[in-house]
Amino acid sequence: MATNMTGSSQAQGGIGTAAAPATTHDDHLHEHDHHDQHWLWKYVFSQDHKMIARQFLITGMFWAIVGGALSSLFRLQLGWPQATLGWLEPILGKWVVGGKIAPEFYLALVTMHGTIMVFFVLTAGLSGTFSNFLIPLQVGARDMASGFMNMLSYWFFFLSSIIMFSSLFLETGPAASGWTIYPPLSALPQAIPGSGMGMTMWLVSMVFFIVSQLLGGVNYVTTVINLRTRGMSMSKLPLTIWAFFLTAILGILSFPVLFSAALLLVFDRSFGTSFFLSDIYIAGQALPNQGGSPVLFQHLFWFLGHPEVYIVIMPAMGMVSEVLATNARKPIFGYRAMIGSLIGISLLSFVVWAHHMFVTGMNPFLGSVFMFLTLIIAVPSGVKVFNWLATLWRGNIRFTSAMLFAIGFVSLFISGGLTGIILGNATLDIQMHNTYFVVAHFHLVMGSSAFFGLFAGVYHWFPKMFGRMMDEKLGYIHFWLTFAGVYLVFMPMHYVGIAGFPRRYYAWTGFDAFSQFADLNKFISTAAILAFFAQFVFIFNFFYSIFRGRRATQNPWNSTTLEWTTPIIPGHGNWPGEIPAVYRWPYDYSKPGSDKDFIPQTVPYSATPESNLPYEQELSE
Amino acid sequence: MAQSTTLQPTAATTDFADAPRSGTWDGGNEPFRASYGKLMMWFFLLSDTFTFGAFLTAYGLIRHKHGVYTGPAKDFFFSTAHWPVPEKVFNAFPGFHGVDLPLAFVALMTMILIFSSVTMVLAVEAGHRLDKADVQKWLLWTILFGSMFLSSQAWEWSHFIGGHEEPTIMADGTRFFGANLAMNQYGPPLFGDLFFFITGFHGTHVFSGVILLIWCFIATTNGTFEKRGHYEMIEKIGLYWHFVDLVWVFVFTFFYLV
Ligand code: HEM
Ligand SMILES: [Cu+2]
Repeated sequence: MATNMTGSSQAQGGIGTAAAPATTHDDHLHEHDHHDQHWLWKYVFSQDHKMIARQFLITGMFWAIVGGALSSLFRLQLGWPQATLGWLEPILGKWVVGGKIAPEFYLALVTMHGTIMVFFVLTAGLSGTFSNFLIPLQVGARDMASGFMNMLSYWFFFLSSIIMFSSLFLETGPAASGWTIYPPLSALPQAIPGSGMGMTMWLVSMVFFIVSQLLGGVNYVTTVINLRTRGMSMSKLPLTIWAFFLTAILGILSFPVLFSAALLLVFDRSFGTSFFLSDIYIAGQALPNQGGSPVLFQHLFWFLGHPEVYIVIMPAMGMVSEVLATNARKPIFGYRAMIGSLIGISLLSFVVWAHHMFVTGMNPFLGSVFMFLTLIIAVPSGVKVFNWLATLWRGNIRFTSAMLFAIGFVSLFISGGLTGIILGNATLDIQMHNTYFVVAHFHLVMGSSAFFGLFAGVYHWFPKMFGRMMDEKLGYIHFWLTFAGVYLVFMPMHYVGIAGFPRRYYAWTGFDAFSQFADLNKFISTAAILAFFAQFVFIFNFFYSIFRGRRATQNPWNSTTLEWTTPIIPGHGNWPGEIPAVYRWPYDYSKPGSDKDFIPQTVPYSATPESNLPYEQELSE
Repeated sequence: MAQSTTLQPTAATTDFADAPRSGTWDGGNEPFRASYGKLMMWFFLLSDTFTFGAFLTAYGLIRHKHGVYTGPAKDFFFSTAHWPVPEKVFNAFPGFHGVDLPLAFVALMTMILIFSSVTMVLAVEAGHRLDKADVQKWLLWTILFGSMFLSSQAWEWSHFIGGHEEPTIMADGTRFFGANLAMNQYGPPLFGDLFFFITGFHGTHVFSGVILLIWCFIATTNGTFEKRGHYEMIEKIGLYWHFVDLVWVFVFTFFYLV
């Protein structure tokens, strides 16, 4: 099979460019020759989407290590509540008090873990990397619509990262009221040390983060609308692009609401307003604030928060669709249904937010409306799962590392999605809310799935990013350790949750009823820490392969999409000659009649009379 | 793997009979007939709509949480127990001290802003004709109206902060004039909070708009757009300007009419 792959991909060389008729949008053409560029503009303040994508990826990886390390720390505390952790003192300083992690610091740890993973890794790191990298390459554009704004988008993210990272080193600790920063806890510095400077920096950092998202988002959307190459109609777009496109729209419409909530919270914290505050006593003292509503904050937050979980998962869905079809050597099953379900999920994601708020005392009738809408999401989600499985069905599967992670994604998405249906029922959620069951749900369906999508994407597009291949053996090791690790961590959490363990508790030693689960918690913690260390296999593979990996061929996976028609390491402007035009959809794998098992999008029907369907034959005449 | 190479770029396949399709959405063109810059402005405005939408929703929910005054209109009095009636709060007009002119001043402000939209349209239209002098003229008018609106708002705010002739006796028995972010004489603290926050946020938008327009004016005067051969930048700023006016209509409705 190896010879097969390299053989055909070498034969494949240059086909797209040679076959391409002239195209519009060639205005950047003269720019592709920038050998004399200063390194500062080439590697640091680059406006090239491919460099910006790599910047997002590396920054995201840095954050993933930080986020993972934080979780290992609090899992130590949860698994071995009696242990003395004095040996952590050199790193944590006074956050270790008498050999124990300080309770306030425990809250800061979970807060920062959540914030970092959801926003900095799985939003910026994931869609920042792949929307940037793949949109211009797969729609056939020289670069993003505005390279300058794209560069700003990264640097705003960078600034936001610096601020968030610095907040870890504050005397009073970073923000500590959960990644959802509910007031009044987050609004009152006297309530918890983390709500002082830590919270201020959290908010400032997130404002820059939102600016970065917006700059990126409008760029992705306009690039997809205006810069598709000739022939690349919306129904010939790879599913990756559809997913990035809709993700960007979700971001454009939901992040501003988080911005509003953050700004109102800033006023409550610093200027004496009472938007989210009312009837509060702290240490026996009544606060003057009257008339506000903390539930209002929850509405605003979850109006972003729920679309946000789809902002995280949809790019992964798109990439997984692409990787599955390529490596099953079959067209994606139900291409249009895949687009339709993405659109359905996007629309529905705006009308279900209150399923996070079933226990806020909302009117039960309203609760049942949100429950109804929430459960409808299972339909498009089910369509997607069915189509992925049907794509695999009787495929000619190539188990590349990317493929393993894509299959892992499907598995995790199913496991985590099923518990979503349980939580979506308001009556059941009253039991489950704020227990480890919820933690298990979203770590499988969002956390782990999106990470698997991210890994699938990195393994699959690494050759395009760095011109070399990642090591497959290490990829397998990484996959199996991670896959086993993730299930070993999160499956038991469901039991712990059903038993009633509340989330965000520093220790359960005070409750007799929970003592029988001490072993299970040790088990979870062990698995979690091992799974974290398994990621260093990936980190090693990644950096080693950048410099020492096997050199990539032009189209190593025998793929049909446009990015593989560029040179092995595409320069500025992506295609040295004209941009190829597109004639067919991106999933002509193993087409009956064709003697190759893939036909690139750049090959017109007139060149393939032996495999054309009747209507395609008509088009070619 | 010695397969036939129908897919290879041979001489025969370089001039295919079938050109790629070329419908509106088939790629290689701008399906909305709008440049990417204009599209970006549209999407930014869509996003900003959600920011304002969130604020106005917050306003609605908070107001709904508060009591309403149910007595006869002529006996209305300020109290932290019920939301104030706008006509009683905003009834002053510069130069007409002590005269009860409900909503007259804010009506004037709204007129000014609407005029500025008209002159903005004229500036964009002049840009289409590449008439530099006219662009300059109408931009100046727009800047003028925008600044007038901002000054009026400054007056409105200072009057709101300074307060009415008569103080209100607060819940704790103290006499209080005007408003700050913690309390106000007109009604519940959140009435003042929301007023300052939302009109302030809108005012910031108008202020940014005026700055952008001044920048456009300078660029027009320097011939920057003339050299480019089009005045699209003015169109984009124009979209923003109209949007900010439209938002005012909603702010006006929420704070002054209902
Ligand atoms: C069939 C689809 C799904 C349903 C019905 C569903 C339902 C729910 C419900 C009702 C909750 C609230 C539980 C509680 O706090 O008591 C929840 C939490 C959550 N879900 Fe899902 N979910 C689904 C899929 C997803 C997907 C695809 C993602 C992400 C990609 C996701 C991410 C989350 C997250 C992050 C939380 C927890 C947020 C927090 O409280 O910190 N869910 N889900
Ligand atoms: Cu949700």
